[in-house]
Amino acid sequence: MSLLELREVTRTVIPQDQPALTILNGIDLTIEPGDHVSIVGRSGSGKSTLLNMLGLLDLPTSGEITFDDRPVRSYSSAARDRLRGAGIGFVFQQFNLLPGRTALENVTMPLLYSSGRTFWRRKKIAAEMLELVGLEHRLSSLPDRLSGGEQQRVAIARSLVRGPRLILADEPTGALDLDTGQSVMELIDEVATRTGAAQVTITHDPTIARRARRHFRLDRGVLTAVDDPSLEPLTRRDRREMAPADDDPAVLAARGFGADPTEDAALERGDA
Amino acid sequence: MRALTSLVGAMLEAWQEVRVHRMRVLLSLVGVAVAVCSLTTVVALGAIVQQSTQEQNERMSGRPATLNVSAYRTDGATPDAAATDAAWRSIVERYQVTYATRMLSTSQLVPFADGAIQVGTQAVDQPYGEMHRVQMAEGEWFTADDAAQLAPRLIVNEVFWHRMGDPPLESHPVVALGGQGVPGAASGISAGGVTAVVVGVTPSPNWESEPSMFMLADHLQAMQDATAGERGSAPVAFDPYGGGGQTQYEMWVPPELADQLTPLIERDLAAALGDGVEVSVNRQDWGTWEGDPLLVTKMVVIGIAVLVLLLGALGLVNIALVTVKQRVREIGIRRSFGATAGRVFFAVMMESVVATVVAGAAGVAVSIIVVQSPWLRDVIGQGMVSDFPPFPIDAAVIGLIAATVVGAIAGLLPALVAVRVKVIDAIRY
Repeated sequence: MSLLELREVTRTVIPQDQPALTILNGIDLTIEPGDHVSIVGRSGSGKSTLLNMLGLLDLPTSGEITFDDRPVRSYSSAARDRLRGAGIGFVFQQFNLLPGRTALENVTMPLLYSSGRTFWRRKKIAAEMLELVGLEHRLSSLPDRLSGGEQQRVAIARSLVRGPRLILADEPTGALDLDTGQSVMELIDEVATRTGAAQVTITHDPTIARRARRHFRLDRGVLTAVDDPSLEPLTRRDRREMAPADDDPAVLAARGFGADPTEDAALERGDA
Repeated sequence: MRALTSLVGAMLEAWQEVRVHRMRVLLSLVGVAVAVCSLTTVVALGAIVQQSTQEQNERMSGRPATLNVSAYRTDGATPDAAATDAAWRSIVERYQVTYATRMLSTSQLVPFADGAIQVGTQAVDQPYGEMHRVQMAEGEWFTADDAAQLAPRLIVNEVFWHRMGDPPLESHPVVALGGQGVPGAASGISAGGVTAVVVGVTPSPNWESEPSMFMLADHLQAMQDATAGERGSAPVAFDPYGGGGQTQYEMWVPPELADQLTPLIERDLAAALGDGVEVSVNRQDWGTWEGDPLLVTKMVVIGIAVLVLLLGALGLVNIALVTVKQRVREIGIRRSFGATAGRVFFAVMMESVVATVVAGAAGVAVSIIVVQSPWLRDVIGQGMVSDFPPFPIDAAVIGLIAATVVGAIAGLLPALVAVRVKVIDAIRY
């Protein structure tokens, strides 16, 4: 039994006074419980739209998405929201902690959408989760008093606090330095392994992508399975999107990115 | 169970939002608090003004329902005062009317230090004070025992009292009525007149410049009878006690019985007084006035209050809309963690409602302090209101309901905007 399955999923939008635009085209993807999948893709390749589909935030124009083998379309909008809250945890690139709320309040937030004992014991559960990510001494800290790594740990604790069966990590290390990024990914892997949750990581970073057991590349709305995400050539635009502000070649090299002079030239001509 | 946790959860979210953004919330709610305070104050002051107007009306024409009874002869002659009085007393006893009074307007010659002048006098029975809400500045209204006193009791107005030199009432100041006596009198009325004791002082409004006084009808009657005894059957050439006026009668009855009693009293009194006498019983108190005499005042007051509240609401909507636009990312995050569209709508709405209810409560509290202040009461009542109403509960309730409604309306637009947020776009960009 699959956890999440996309069959022939297509998503088309019709901009005003313009022809229809296909964002996702015939996507087939099956996520099993405990699976670990990475998806790499350029900007504009349809990653956000795919994330919407995987996170049950949007429905496909055609094709079918099932969660626990039940078509997502058969759920009402509110039921889909509740299913997402209970079954899917998001980790974002920019952490997206709620400003002005303590670490504990941030981790408690998803539990406000639960019910029963989980709702009434939310503070205790959240505190235990923060302890699990090593932040038991930071419960009352506001986000702006935490380091980047600590903020991402809070975000991870928040995404896992309801015990999701699927973790959607959207550029989880994009705002972190290399070492912190690695330790955050180790933490996500460790918790996911311990809880048996499946992981889908959407990233530009082949190093992060390589941690998954299965790899996919999204290109112009088409999802293709690849053996190793780092084998794909990267354009200058790719590097610009993932690189630190100073575009340090040493950092790029450390992440395994090589330059492709042919694509660079095409980009500069405006063909990309 | 889910409904309960959803409700509690939404309230917690709303409260957190108010707490986290307390400065912004505080600033945006100042307008609402001021508006609610104004609304509540205006409604409460309206109640005081209404009470003031009502009391003044009741001083003039009695409380609802006051029946005015008068008897007159069809041939134009004055009815027999003694017979009319007797018939009146019999009716008051028959219908067990607790509050009934005779009223006779006359004038008395009163000697003051700067000369004797005719002073307007209202001769009444003891219940008149309660029936007409007579307010006292000094001393007390007549008691039930005063009619039995040999020396007439007087209640004078402040102008009268000041002309006497503001004597303390504890010293039982006296006034010689009918000062120059009765010409040719052998006995009874002395040259100095009848000595009356001042037992109370009524307040004089600023516009009142002439002295006036109340005395008991029984005392006036006794004085007039004594004068008549002195004169014998001689024609009245000069009456120092202002006799000869037509007595009016009033009774204060429950409003719901007034219509029923009117024809009965009319019938019984006419029957007692015999042929040739017409009896008229009618109400003149403000309760009979057509329509609401305070309607215009109320409408103006409500109009101003609503306008103030709308201005407050407009400011709140403005700030709430801007705030929601700034909070798109936060709303996206909440949606991604399972907040349904309904929950987001409710939470954003509740933020507005929670905040405005808090502001409303503050506004009502300030309003209570303002309205209850003695200074404001003096200004509004001008010293003429005896029964200041307590702070009207309905004004406080109206204030809080208005705050809640304003919060809900002001929250509606931002809540609709919040529901339309595209989750991933909000989070990623």
